[in-house]
Amino acid sequence: MAFRMGNSSTKCSGSSKNCLATGNKFSVLVVDDDPVVQRIHRVFLNRFGFETQVVGNGKEAVDLYCSGASFHLVLMDMEMPVMDGPEATRELRGMEVSSMIVGMTSRDRDSEKQAFMAAGLDDCRVKPLTADIITSLLHQLNIKYQY
Amino acid sequence: MLGLGADRLRADMNRLLAFLFHQGVLDEQFLQLQQLQDESSPNFVSEVVNIYFHESEKLLRNLRGLVLEREFSDYKKMGIHLNQLIGSSSSIGAKRLTNICVAFRAASDQNNPTACLRALELLEHEYCYLKNKLHEFFQIEQQRVMAAGVRYPIQN
Repeated sequence: MAFRMGNSSTKCSGSSKNCLATGNKFSVLVVDDDPVVQRIHRVFLNRFGFETQVVGNGKEAVDLYCSGASFHLVLMDMEMPVMDGPEATRELRGMEVSSMIVGMTSRDRDSEKQAFMAAGLDDCRVKPLTADIITSLLHQLNIKYQY
Repeated sequence: MLGLGADRLRADMNRLLAFLFHQGVLDEQFLQLQQLQDESSPNFVSEVVNIYFHESEKLLRNLRGLVLEREFSDYKKMGIHLNQLIGSSSSIGAKRLTNICVAFRAASDQNNPTACLRALELLEHEYCYLKNKLHEFFQIEQQRVMAAGVRYPIQN
């Protein structure tokens, strides 16, 4: 697996440094509450060679990182129950998570995308996830991790 | 002869798909889903679409309840349901339905009850149409797979 499970913990004490997963295969965490999107994103990303994990809201994503897991890329939905995308992104950046976090939203208004970006995203895209978007993200990941 | 049946059914599928593309009901995203279907997940598209129908019907029920609310319409909740429907509909390539949802969302952003009711009617109509057409498509696909699976007995 591309991510590491740390000690199970429901609370993060202080900042936790995100350690990059080793190996050439990129890992991605899909954070979305929609079962249709979860299924499509998983299969789509696996087809492009990603190792994919899926969670249903922002809190589950934060909890994963708190437990020591790490991913090269996080695809973060905007509106989710329990903890939404902007809040989860702020939490992860507060934990000094350096993963590439890309927002995936159904909202196409610039003001809303900018507000999401301000939470700490590296990029924000409008759904649906397409082959072109994945190719573009792979390009950005290759530059970031210099594979 | 039996092989011709499978070919004919494939032609029917392509014709239906072309028709739905021409009408603007579906877009390229549906083709991208088809390209993800392979031997390891031979029913991927129909499985995803069935999940979509199941989830969409819940969202449509919620939207109907919110639009027909007499005292106060919760436009914020309406917007949340519509965002989810836009996300899932665009993800399966349901272009026309996505566009109707976007217009519905604009009406809810403006807190316009009359426009929301009209948009809901359009949405429910389009959803029924999409569901019927996709069911037809997958039925033909099932028949094609069965027809293609029949083999002549091997003669030694």
